[in-house]
Amino acid sequence: MRESTIMKIHYGTALAAVALVAVHILMRLTMGFAESLEYENVLANYKFVPYAIMLELILVLLAVHGFNGLRVILLELKQGRIYEKAVSYGCLAAMIGLIAYGSRTIIMTNMGLV
Amino acid sequence: MTHDEHKEGIGGMANPTRYGIERVAYWLMRLSGLGLLAYFVAHIYETSNILRGQVGWNEFLELTQTTEGHIFLALVIAMCVFHTVNGVRVMLGHGGVGVGKPARPDYPYDPASQNYRHKIGIYSAILLAAIATMYGLAVMFGE
Amino acid sequence: MAQVSSIAEEQASTLKTITLRIARYNPEHDDSSKFMEFNVSYEKWTTVLEAILDVKKHHDHSVAVRYSCRQATCGSCGMMINGKPKLACFTKISELNSNVITVEPMNNFPIIRDLAVKFERLFDTHQKIKPYLIRDDTELESDAKEFLQSPKELEQYIQFANCIKCGLCNSACPTMATDSSFVGPQALAQAYRYVADSRDKGKDSRLKIIDESHGIWRCHFAGSCSQVCPKGVDPAMGIQFLRGYLLGFRS
Repeated sequence: MRESTIMKIHYGTALAAVALVAVHILMRLTMGFAESLEYENVLANYKFVPYAIMLELILVLLAVHGFNGLRVILLELKQGRIYEKAVSYGCLAAMIGLIAYGSRTIIMTNMGLV
Repeated sequence: MTHDEHKEGIGGMANPTRYGIERVAYWLMRLSGLGLLAYFVAHIYETSNILRGQVGWNEFLELTQTTEGHIFLALVIAMCVFHTVNGVRVMLGHGGVGVGKPARPDYPYDPASQNYRHKIGIYSAILLAAIATMYGLAVMFGE
Repeated sequence: MAQVSSIAEEQASTLKTITLRIARYNPEHDDSSKFMEFNVSYEKWTTVLEAILDVKKHHDHSVAVRYSCRQATCGSCGMMINGKPKLACFTKISELNSNVITVEPMNNFPIIRDLAVKFERLFDTHQKIKPYLIRDDTELESDAKEFLQSPKELEQYIQFANCIKCGLCNSACPTMATDSSFVGPQALAQAYRYVADSRDKGKDSRLKIIDESHGIWRCHFAGSCSQVCPKGVDPAMGIQFLRGYLLGFRS
């Protein structure tokens, strides 16, 4: 993939994440902060399908943006063909791993498998 | 510093003291980005405790809902707001927005790209981060 | 005669002295650089380069320094002066407001000896972005006239054509501090200089060259390059405009 395409994705995920994370944080403030973190309320959030979809989107957007940011920083710190390949594939693997782990929580909770 | 390439190294890259507020913003952007990524990974792990049922969730909540936990979360709010506001500024700059117009340079050659618009953007990011942090602390400790 | 003597006395009374610390390093037999200190007298108009040449003339002729024009035109005498990259011929001692002046070789350039550094990489990256007009036709054909350009079209790139390839921007850049593959602000600003030239048709090929993992995207708009440029080139501005093409902000 061309670097310009990667960076367009980087900017796009950032802008989309800002909007969705704002909604996510506002949801914590609709009731008291501590109350919003109570088990029943969190479970209700996960079981509400539109909210679960939003959480999944935030997970994907931030994982892509965050691990690409990490890739950029690591590529600038050290150079070399093997190192650069390891960084790129390592960050991609970490991104997929985190999305898979987070999706497991969202899907299982949403489906009532808790 | 290695003498073969004589690169300034991480110390030089991370030193925010020599080249004005723009270099400070660059440094804060990196730090906040890394901090937010670390928090994001920890948050995904933290929320996965819901799969352990009510007891597991409450056990984990007890660990995080402490004074130290609240202060850490306030720091996350600061990083998040700074990274967002400064990120929008940088993105606009990357597109060539607000970086001035090319012109014949005159002594003392003040760079047009380092203009007040971007400086205001950086100071706004710091100020908004501070305000959001104080609000966050008020919400978390006010209960 | 008495008048000459009084002028000399007056001059002596206006002379002040500073301590000039010069980094000494020879990669052939030194493990690390060390500093040598010299007391140098200076006038209001004395430049750092003149102080270094004074040391060479009166104290230690073995100090290695590259210089030529002494008027910020050749771009030879770039060095770290009190921690910041500057042209030695363009920096007056009196403007530094310090009794101790430390001169070191420019960061992010391999050292030849003492204050002289290698410019091969800068010239390579400069050459990489095709620093010349690209087009299919030529003004050298018979019956053809020169390529016309309006003053407004000239304004689009003339600032970037001021680059003297002194390397100060590459020395100040935070990415260059760690990334030895980064194309650098000097070359990127020059890429914009030609892309913005109305006579040039090589935009696409240049954008392709810089759109790689150690190309334009490794610039994070810290602006340090523009702050140290002694000719007002403002590389950060050129780089952002260039990136604007890749992001679709400009066409």
